[in-house]
Amino acid sequence: MEARYIKATLALCCAAWLAATGPVLAEEAKPEAKPVKLTTTADHTKFKQLQKTFDSGPEVTKACLECHTEAAGQIHRTKHWKWEFLNPETKQTLGKKTILNNFCISIASNYASCTSCHVGYGWKDANFDFAKQENVDCLACHDTTGNYKKPPGFAGNPVTKDTEFPPGSGKIIKGIDLAKIAQKVGKSSRDTCGACHFNGGGGDGVKHGDMDSSLAAPTKDVDVHMDAEGLDFTCSTCHKTSSHDVAGSRYTPTAKDNKGVQVRGKAGSGNPATCVACHDNAPHKSVARLNQHATRIACQTCHIPTYARGGIATKMTWDWSTAGKRDKDGKHIILKDAKGRITYESRKGDFTLAENVKPEYAWFNGNVQFTLLSDKIEKTGQRTQINKMGGSPTDGKSMIWPMKVFRGSQPYDPVNKTLITPHTAGNDDTGFWKNLDWDKAIPVGMKDSGAPYSGKFDFIKTEMSWPITHMVAPKDKALGCVECHAKEGRLAGIQGVYLPARDNNKLVDTAGWAIVLLTLLGVIGHGALRIVTSRKH
Amino acid sequence: MSERIYVFKLFERFWHWAQAALIIFLMLTAFDIHGTYTIFGFEKAVAYHTIAAWTLIGLWVFAIFWHFTTGEWKQYIPTTEKVVAMMNYYLFGIFKNAPHPFRLTTLRKHNPLQRLAYLFILVCVGPLLWITGGLYLFYDKWPAWGLGNLPLEWVATGHTIGAFMMLAFLIAHVYLTTAGHTPTAHIKAMITGWEEVD
Repeated sequence: MEARYIKATLALCCAAWLAATGPVLAEEAKPEAKPVKLTTTADHTKFKQLQKTFDSGPEVTKACLECHTEAAGQIHRTKHWKWEFLNPETKQTLGKKTILNNFCISIASNYASCTSCHVGYGWKDANFDFAKQENVDCLACHDTTGNYKKPPGFAGNPVTKDTEFPPGSGKIIKGIDLAKIAQKVGKSSRDTCGACHFNGGGGDGVKHGDMDSSLAAPTKDVDVHMDAEGLDFTCSTCHKTSSHDVAGSRYTPTAKDNKGVQVRGKAGSGNPATCVACHDNAPHKSVARLNQHATRIACQTCHIPTYARGGIATKMTWDWSTAGKRDKDGKHIILKDAKGRITYESRKGDFTLAENVKPEYAWFNGNVQFTLLSDKIEKTGQRTQINKMGGSPTDGKSMIWPMKVFRGSQPYDPVNKTLITPHTAGNDDTGFWKNLDWDKAIPVGMKDSGAPYSGKFDFIKTEMSWPITHMVAPKDKALGCVECHAKEGRLAGIQGVYLPARDNNKLVDTAGWAIVLLTLLGVIGHGALRIVTSRKH
Repeated sequence: MSERIYVFKLFERFWHWAQAALIIFLMLTAFDIHGTYTIFGFEKAVAYHTIAAWTLIGLWVFAIFWHFTTGEWKQYIPTTEKVVAMMNYYLFGIFKNAPHPFRLTTLRKHNPLQRLAYLFILVCVGPLLWITGGLYLFYDKWPAWGLGNLPLEWVATGHTIGAFMMLAFLIAHVYLTTAGHTPTAHIKAMITGWEEVD
């Protein structure tokens, strides 16, 4: 009896041990982890079209188009493809193809480098064929392996065979296997969008400040929505795509969305990427007073206390006027700060960088007017605004927005009074990044832009504003009242609103304190007189 | 010889001191909110100010009920009788040890100047603070009430004017408590209910 009991106990123990360790052992034995979410109904490894060697990007696209027959046509209609955008309000023709900034300035004459971020293959000069279907790059957005790379200098083409680049440099760019990548295509991800958008301005976090590689797998504190262990939003959760056209725009941003939640069948603001599109116009439940704040203040102002919060610094200034210096051996100079960040490069000039930056704030109504190459500019005491953000407290369309204001100094033509599009990138005799010679670089760039150049250049101080909208903090990290309700608070420079604690009526305060003081003096005098006279009696 | 009369009933004394504490606390937080100094900081000051305001409103509900059921509201009916005499007393008589021109009774416990001052607070300063303060409390309801275009600046400035007037009143009021039969007679009366009179 007792022996049987012991046997049974042993058997039970063994079974429990197996049950506990079995799954672990099985998992260890698995060759490859399955994706966490199965987001597709098609296993692309099974498609014959993809079971071959691809020597170039367009070959992959041709294979994609055999099934996804309309995909390229959809891409052809988007900003991602055209890099061109006609602003219906200002009538300005914008887009990366046309505008200038105060980072790397312009893509004209620098296509082969810049177009590594184009959703296409082969845009190496102004003659690129935008009508060709196989020029569309599907993998840039649909790669799930993380192995897809489009190095600068190849006009948006991936490198499929080991290649020395630049030629003669001895540096080898390893070729990638496009078939493996093509067989694993899936939905766009933070990584695919981020491959370009995290690196705007030429490096991680450089341009935007609220977008950098920390958003690839952010903590809750960096981004409450994208929190990799929480809500785990991808970019397209908010930037809801329709027919391959991604919602959201820096040319026509939605500064004020008063149309509430976007419900199926109900027309919203048209932009599904706004906070309001999910949260509605009155999202504060416990402190209703904040909903009144939300009629004048963009959500981002309080809910993004600082940008560049993920440990990656963003560029704050860029002074091109100091570029071109060489060391005593005639070589390019690179200076770094204590944290190893580049603060000077012969190719680019001086930079300052910062993390955890408090934004600047401005009334913004969504109207953005660019200073284009065709616009006349004057060198004055004030900085030239590359993009002028419209807005006022009284136009009924503006909200108080947080901005990254990027300040720099860049070449301009003092005779023709225009900005300049220099030839920077390029393994040739005129590229500034190679030869550090403005006199060679500027004429080539201006010619490519089709703009006149007087032959004289100078540097002009410019600024560019970037509305901050990413890196939304958890609600307990939102700004406290006193950040703005104070004499020298964050909104110290904002006109047109009465802010208790910041503002007062000077006359009322002066008169009020005068009355209080006179009353006090009166009673003290009266009391003193009473004491004096009472002694006499 | 002086005699003692019972002027302030228990509820009245409770009301007075509770109101005094609340108003002083409201002023303390008010100028914190106004940005004059920082004690609690804006956020907490607003929260405390709001709680104190609602408590004061609750107290008033009881006080109003009390005044009407006891008929004590009549104590605030203004009179011109002896006003000049009172002013003369405060300006001259008090220094010459002249007799107080007003002799209080349980039915007339406020002197004519007091009546006028309290009525002014009740009719002018009070409503200014209540209306502007009430609007402040319901700031989020303005659009729903059709007040979406009401400038916050007007409400805030009105409330500030009221606050300064109340502060000036408080100073004078506290000082005048010493102008009784003895310097502490009025305060003792407000605590015990019994006032010593000539």
